[in-house]
This record gives sequence, C-alpha cells and structure tokens, in this order.
Amino acid sequence: MNALRTPREVPGSAPGRGPATVRLDPTPVRPRGARRGRLSRRLQGVVLSLFGPIVLLGAWEALSRTATIDPRFWPAPSSLVATARDLVVEDGLLHDVRLSLVRVLGGFALGAIPGVALGLAMGLSWPVRALIMPLASTIYALPKIALLPLVIIALGLGEASKLAIVAISIFFLVVLNTMGGVLAIDRSYRDVARNLGASRLEVFVTVALPGALPAIFTGLRLALGFALTVIVGTEFLSSRDGGIGDLIWQSYQTLAIQKMFVGLFATAILGWALTAALDLVERLVIPWRQVD
Amino acid sequence: MAALAPVRPQTPLPARPVAPAAPVATPRALAGGQIVATGLGRRFEVADGWVDAIRDVDLAVAPGEFCVLVGPSGCGKTTLLRILAGLDRPTSGTLDLAGPAGGPPRNAMVFQGRSVFPWLTVRANVEYGLKLRGVGRRERRAVSDRLLETVGLAGFARTYPHQLSGGMRQRVAIARALAVDPDILLMDEPFGALDEQTRYLLQDELLRIWESTGKTVVFITHSIDEAITLADTIVVMGARPGTVKATIPVPFSRPRGLAQVRSDPASARIFEQVWGLLRDEVRDARAARGPVVLR
Repeated sequence: MNALRTPREVPGSAPGRGPATVRLDPTPVRPRGARRGRLSRRLQGVVLSLFGPIVLLGAWEALSRTATIDPRFWPAPSSLVATARDLVVEDGLLHDVRLSLVRVLGGFALGAIPGVALGLAMGLSWPVRALIMPLASTIYALPKIALLPLVIIALGLGEASKLAIVAISIFFLVVLNTMGGVLAIDRSYRDVARNLGASRLEVFVTVALPGALPAIFTGLRLALGFALTVIVGTEFLSSRDGGIGDLIWQSYQTLAIQKMFVGLFATAILGWALTAALDLVERLVIPWRQVD
Repeated sequence: MAALAPVRPQTPLPARPVAPAAPVATPRALAGGQIVATGLGRRFEVADGWVDAIRDVDLAVAPGEFCVLVGPSGCGKTTLLRILAGLDRPTSGTLDLAGPAGGPPRNAMVFQGRSVFPWLTVRANVEYGLKLRGVGRRERRAVSDRLLETVGLAGFARTYPHQLSGGMRQRVAIARALAVDPDILLMDEPFGALDEQTRYLLQDELLRIWESTGKTVVFITHSIDEAITLADTIVVMGARPGTVKATIPVPFSRPRGLAQVRSDPASARIFEQVWGLLRDEVRDARAARGPVVLR
C-alpha cells in the first residue's frame, strides 16, 4: 500500500514558487474485516489468473466464428464441448487419459525415487559424485526421446518401455537437482548434527534429506513437465497403444481436428492437475517453506 | 600427517572458584569439563603447500571457567573450537579433555549464523540432540519445556525458525546445545550477527544460565567489550599462524551485569590491554597478501 499521496501546497509557502515542503497524508488503516465490497487479495489473484485464458479463448471464438481464421483448422472452442462429450461417452477419452496418467505417474515414480536416493548420495559423498558426475552430465544433455528405439529393443513395444523412457528421461534431472540441494545445505547444519552425535545415517535422514527437500521439489516439478512431454511423444510414435498422445496423433492423421483439439485440452488439463497435486504435496511435506 | 592427538582424561587442575547459584537449567552437580591443550597445531593442505591454521597453541580451561577467545579474522579461533568440539582433528600436539566425573566430557557447540534447522519446529530443534541419544518422548518434552522457559521462548515451541527474529533463533541454538547437558559449551560468535541491544540482552541471559549451571564455556568473539563482559579469562590470539599471544584474567566478581562491568574503570584498562595486543595483529592481517604457505 502506497502512503505517498499527491504533494499538497502547504499554507504559507511562497506563492508561485511551488510548495516549500511536501506533506504526506496518512493512509488510514482499514479495520479488519471491513473491506467495504472490495475483493480479498486471494480472490483478486484468482480473477487475474483467469483473465488470460478467458481473453485468449474469447478472441479465438470470435475469430473462428467470423471465419477470420479458418474454422476447419481452428474450430471455435464452444464447438469443442460437444466433441469432448462425444469422446468421453463413445470413444473412451477418459480411458486414454487414464492410460497416459498411469504411464506418467509410474515412470515418474520409477525415475524419481532412485533419482532422489542417488542425488542424496552424490551430494554427501565426493567419491560417489566423482564416479557418477561425468556420466550424469553427459546423459543429462541427451534428448531422452532419442533413446526410445533402444528402450523398445530392450523392453519391447508394451507398457514397460513406456514406463522406462519416462523414468530414464527424468532420472538425471532429479539426481542433479537433489545433489545441488544437498551441496547447498549450509555446512553448519551438518556440523550441528555431528557435534550432537549423529551417525552418518542420521545426518543423511535428519539433515541432508530435509535440507535438500526444497531443491528436490524444484527438480520434481521440472521432471513432471518432462515426463508429460516424453509420454505424449512416445504415444505419438507407438500408436494403437492408447493414451492422449495416441488420440492426438490419430486425430491428426485422419484430420479429425476437433478431436485433436480436445486431446490437446485434455493434455493441458492433465498437466495442470498433476502440477497442482505436486504443489499440494510440497506444501504438506515442507511446512517450513516460507510463504510471502 | 602427524599422529592424531590422544584424547584422554587427566587429573583435574585446581578449579577457579565459580559463583554458586541455584541450578535452574540443569538439576545436576555444578561441574564443567576441563580442557588442556598442549602445543596444538592444525595444518591444512593447500594447492602449493601447507598452511598452519593454528600452531603451538597452549590452552588450559578449568572446570566451570568462562574462557573467551578474541583475535583477528583468520587467526584460527574457529579451527581451535572445531577441534575442541571433535569436528576436526589436530595434526600436532595433544588435547586432553576431562569430564567432571572423569572420562570424556560431553560438549555442545553453538555456531555462528544460521545453524537452527529450518525444517524443524523450535521444540524439535531443542530436542534434536536428545532424540539422537534415544531419550524418550516424555523426558525430551520435559527438558525442552524447561529450556524454552529458560531462554524465554516458552510460547514458541510449535513455531518454525523462519518466523522468529535472529535473536530468538540464537536462543533456540543455545537451548539446543544446553539440552544435551554438556560439560563444555563451545560458542562460535553466537551473537555476532545480532543487533547491539539484542546482543546485550543475550549476554546477560547467557551469564545467568552459566552462573546457574557451572558449565565450562569457550566463547569466540570479535568484540572486546563482549569478552570483558563475559569472561573469567580472555585468551588473545594472533594470526598467521594462529597462536595464543596472551591470557588475561578478568577480575570482576560474579554474578556480574553488563552495566556494572561497563562502569568499572578496570574494564577500560583491560580493553586497552587487549586492544594493544590486537591492534598490530589486525594491521598485519590487513596488510597480508595471502596465507603463509609452507612448501
């Protein structure tokens, strides 16, 4: 809240030479609860965050209906509602979403859990770090989808290869973020633990793990985005196995543009929901994280 | 690398008289640990040789004594304290530590700056050392309740540290160190980051706690005033390498208060004496181009 108001001429100042002093009028403190019809800060945030999507969808709707953009390729959002309903009822859209969700979550768990463990070990022990680091930074830079043929050769075309490619693609991301989190922990925290008699394992559990949690969650959030990208890409490539990527790709192949857009929206909503779920978990797991 | 120092009990030195007071923080016999360091050295390997962080340090701290180390930055005060805490090993000399009942003493260190675990509540921080020792929940709670009361944080048990001020956080660190009932309390500039008034307040509190428990304290500070206020003995250290330059007794009676020490003309004399020793050291340290590297 800005207390600075318009400077006002103070009586007695020389005429015509502007104010000699600047007076600050106080901003009265509003009594609690007496908001007088103004929206709370939280609600204002919700309204503002909805503003962007609504404007975008509104513009799209208008441009499509007036045929400013080709409605065959850019169907009006309102027309997609019916398609979405049909897809849910007749074509098993939810089944595809569930397939993708299971692949993302399964691969995420398979990659993130060992990733956190290895990252903690690398952060705590320099020999482990020296051993793994060159490998990790090399593979980290590799576009993981390039490994898909290899993974399919190793694990076949089924679900195993889909889980594996997701796990592989996020593993080193989680490892490096976790390691960075451990390395960033102030040395004095570890000294406190050792001084009070903590064993190596106890330092690991009571200092390294909680101290690295904020960085771990940063890594997990990035990893979730990666996992979604990779699973959609994988489903593009291994069609007929279902999933949202499959739906989008098949729709594109048959020029069922409306279905394709529904697939896109479903993917976006899935990504949003997964991120929101992770945020919730983070708030529960890291109650000490400062909120401004 | 030189042989590691044996850490073995020794016959106690004649103890300085410690002002007796009713124990509030620890219902235990008044006795602290004893420290005798002889020719203590710590050499670190650097890229092109070795650097002595401390060399030939002789230090004797009697049970129940409040010993304050002052010295310029980089004189190895923290290295010495870390060795006393068992967090580092000397590369030469011997260190003898004895608990009040013989046997190795317990020590607990209070670190400078951020050391209170941000992921634990105030209570869990205080109970941390006890939990490591497998002390039961009920007993832990009794200890943390008592200590939070002692340091004036009784209402903040369930608070997380980020919601506290710097002074309150250092109180938590002190309570956490006291919780394991140490014979020797090692404090590395615990009040260094605090504003002056908070610092005075905590100095008074520390004196009150110390006077009621009789623990041995080794306390590092940059502030000569702080040293005079707190110490039985001021140990002045010089830099490059870190050595003990002088040991100066502080004669004020106990219990003592900040205002009382300030107004005593003897404190000005001690100030002059300590600053006289430090001035050249600080000047040398500023002129130095880097550490003295032994090849």
